[in-house]
Amino acid sequence: MRIETRQLTQQFGETTALDSLDLTLEGNKIIGLLGRNGSGKTTLLSILAGFRKPTAGEVLVNGEPVFENAHVVRDIALIREGGDTVEESEKVSEALRFAEYLRPNWDKELAGQILERFEVPVKSKLDQLSRGKRSAVGIALGLAARAPLTMFDETYLGLDAPSRYVFYDLVLQDFMEHPRMFILSTHLIEEVSRIFEEVAIIDHGKLLIHDESDALLARGVAITGPQDAVDAFITGRTVIGERQLGRTKSAMLYGMLQNGERDEAARAGLDLEPLDLQDLFVYLTEPKGGN
Amino acid sequence: MFDDSTPIYRQIAEQIKQEILSGALLEDEQVMSTNQYAAYYRINPATAQKGFQQLVDEGILYKKRGIGMFVSPGAREALRANHRERFFEDVVDPMVAEAQAIGIPIDEVIRHIEQVATKGNA
Repeated sequence: MRIETRQLTQQFGETTALDSLDLTLEGNKIIGLLGRNGSGKTTLLSILAGFRKPTAGEVLVNGEPVFENAHVVRDIALIREGGDTVEESEKVSEALRFAEYLRPNWDKELAGQILERFEVPVKSKLDQLSRGKRSAVGIALGLAARAPLTMFDETYLGLDAPSRYVFYDLVLQDFMEHPRMFILSTHLIEEVSRIFEEVAIIDHGKLLIHDESDALLARGVAITGPQDAVDAFITGRTVIGERQLGRTKSAMLYGMLQNGERDEAARAGLDLEPLDLQDLFVYLTEPKGGN
Repeated sequence: MFDDSTPIYRQIAEQIKQEILSGALLEDEQVMSTNQYAAYYRINPATAQKGFQQLVDEGILYKKRGIGMFVSPGAREALRANHRERFFEDVVDPMVAEAQAIGIPIDEVIRHIEQVATKGNA
């Protein structure tokens, strides 16, 4: 599975939702698409799924354009929060039947198991279900489709914490048994970051970072200590955040520290702590004042 | 050197090493698969794989094609030797620095160590 966007741009009237985005995703992996509310994640995923034609630029899936390209679209599943099916008054069982008709790789048993796990009665009508159970229906439809490109757009938002962990476990398990490309978009990063192999951060319609999770995490560090010592150490480095309490200062840095530099920091009485993905995300997407 | 900012794959490697040291994992015993690790800790299987690969590179684990990963013979002794080397640098030196920082005389520390050691052997 290979996705390529070239100069992808989407305008909504005066608003630029996506701004000349160049992104290449390749391989069977679980990829995290991170971005704040309004960053362009949903727009990007809609375009990748062929739900809309972009204002400008190209989207290629396995080398072919997506929009109105039936045999490509058939291999793509985009699940959003609400369960996304044809009719609100529809029963869950009808949604399942329709999916079975549409999806060449449909796994009926898996769908049933997932619905049972989330305690969704198959006879229910979609509009009678709670938010959480509607998300569960979406998850069942999405996973059981076994589409080579499966995208979840903040589908977990309606789920309570225990249910979210069930969701992550289901994704992981199915990924290991049937490797394919998963893209999970989210702004709730803390609990899900460990299942990502790769991460793309999008901010104000632009691609900020795209890297392997491990590599990205290795570049985040918080330096804490007396203000003068911190200031001296951070000179010339990429600082993505700063906090101060009295004479103690913390600076968040972005960039690899070599071993010698770690010793240097220790000698200067500075504390080093890694930044986790959520920290990095918060600092990297904070609006920069005075630019 | 101990470092707070260890990536998850390295922590996995460390954990397996601990299990080998403690005897929870015996030589030539099979280790849980990377997929089992991934599912258990809720992490990406590629991360688990990286941790395992590090151990293979270090000679602590070996692969049996089509079957899985096993603890190398001699792994336990190799790890103990390595820990012995690092013991003074990683455990004793910081302790001495701490004692000095808070003003505990070194001979008091030594006396305490001797007391604890004899009690332990009793």
